[in-house]
Amino acid sequence: MKIMTTVKRVTDPDQKINISDDGTRVETEGDEYVMNQMDEWGTEEAIQVKEDHGGEVVVASVGPQEATKEIRKGIAMGGDRGVLVETDDQLDSDAVARVLAEVAKNEEPDLIFLGKLALDTDRNQTGQLLASYLDWPQATFAHSVTVEDNSVLVEREIDGGEDTKRLQTPAVITAIERLNDPRYASLPGIMQAKQKPLDETTPEELGVDTTPKVEGVQYELPPEKEAGEIVENVDELVDKLQDDANVI
Amino acid sequence: MGNVLVVTEVQAGELRDSATYPTISFAQRAAEASGGDVYALVPADGADDIAEEVAERGVDHVLVADDPAFDDYIAERIAPVVAEVARAIDAEVVCGPSSAQGSDYLPRTAQHLEAGMVTNGMDVWDDDGLKFKRPIWSGSVLKTVDINTPSKVVSVRTTDFDDPEATDPAPIEAVDVSIPERDDVEHVEIEIVESERPELTDADVVISGGRGLESADAFDMLEEMADLFGGAVGASRAAVDSGYAPNDWQIGQTGKVVAPGLYVAVAISGAIQHLSGMKGSQNIVAINTDEEAPIFEVADYGLVEDAFQAVPEMNEKLRELGLGED
Repeated sequence: MKIMTTVKRVTDPDQKINISDDGTRVETEGDEYVMNQMDEWGTEEAIQVKEDHGGEVVVASVGPQEATKEIRKGIAMGGDRGVLVETDDQLDSDAVARVLAEVAKNEEPDLIFLGKLALDTDRNQTGQLLASYLDWPQATFAHSVTVEDNSVLVEREIDGGEDTKRLQTPAVITAIERLNDPRYASLPGIMQAKQKPLDETTPEELGVDTTPKVEGVQYELPPEKEAGEIVENVDELVDKLQDDANVI
Repeated sequence: MGNVLVVTEVQAGELRDSATYPTISFAQRAAEASGGDVYALVPADGADDIAEEVAERGVDHVLVADDPAFDDYIAERIAPVVAEVARAIDAEVVCGPSSAQGSDYLPRTAQHLEAGMVTNGMDVWDDDGLKFKRPIWSGSVLKTVDINTPSKVVSVRTTDFDDPEATDPAPIEAVDVSIPERDDVEHVEIEIVESERPELTDADVVISGGRGLESADAFDMLEEMADLFGGAVGASRAAVDSGYAPNDWQIGQTGKVVAPGLYVAVAISGAIQHLSGMKGSQNIVAINTDEEAPIFEVADYGLVEDAFQAVPEMNEKLRELGLGED
């Protein structure tokens, strides 16, 4: 079984986000970067499927040259090789999906795992768009994945309950936190990852026009909240909620 | 041109009005900006009752796609149907809630329409073309975007919108749609947990507990408070990891992101991971014994008190005020 997993290099979500004075961009100079945490869940699942059923895990990323670091991390966790589609542009989800669709056509995986969204752009679109571009079935928000012969049974979290879907492979699956506990890369894994193949290409080489369909024009911080107050007791709290906040 | 298509959310045969109605309010605002009509699409098996309800909720037209194939929700089937209807009414904006269901099929609809898509749309206006606002980095930054394609798909952050006012019924019309046969996907089962409580992401009030509660039983008093408010119960990641609360209650960067009118954080210290998931709430109450806890920095009202004292006392007080009575 051939499995593809995608990893996005994102600015560390725990740091403070700054916006340029004119509000036209987010300042990223000096930022720390990490693998999108949700992609760790997808990558862990890809590796578990390989461990149970055999095969190969290809770790793919669309991003700058530095994203080889996140690909190497995915390989160190248990991936077999990497593909970087190098671009310094901030692509919209549609362009990322079309790039990944070309990678998938070359690699011909049986399953593609992605995190449900990326913690920087919060778009929650790429997996679904990728599945649609490939005309493959999809299972979003997966918390349990069972591989069968030529199909996969996926339990998904929905509003107010659970939904179970069976997909013929090839298929696309997006991961939520409940899916697994991602492993740490072992030291030997990290050493070996450096020796494993990592192919590099570009959107142009793949024949993908990355002109955005959606473009950011302005960024702002949410309105500053007034400083809160400490109340003395429950009576005062309930009074404030009733009279000041009008929520009772 | 300029019409707006809003897709009614139907799950297990039931209208999800808490997700659908605020989305109609967004659609009204979009139609005001684009100068078109609001069309509601009801894709369901036996859709008449739902269509009649939706018709009285401030839409100009209701389109009914009544087909047994919609008995089970499957993204691969509904996405092209929505695209087909959008083309038929020349929709400039296609929207649905950014619920689990909307988030699942709307990107596929966008692909079928060759449309750009905005996730978690929280506002729309006209400024030399439609502009949309959405949160990024779990709401730490608000971004205004242009969509460069003729048709535009939006998943709507429903907590930013009220329900539309009731109106005289709009005309209801059946539409013929071609539902794709797919042998590569099969719906196995849907299990809805019967709950009187609203979904976390739809709720106007969220009562949330942290590891400081030290047991699953302690969540009972939070559930009681949630029920008095008609709200939902949430939990921090630490509480979920400790087994005090189920996974799908988790609020935070990697769980659910909520923005209710009132958020009560009980015995939650306020790790960044948690704050990312709730700091967009309009009113935040923090109840914690540790006055240094970071949760107090984002709280509008802080109470430094033991949860086991404060919560039962507050529940009693709320009952005295008549909350929880029908």
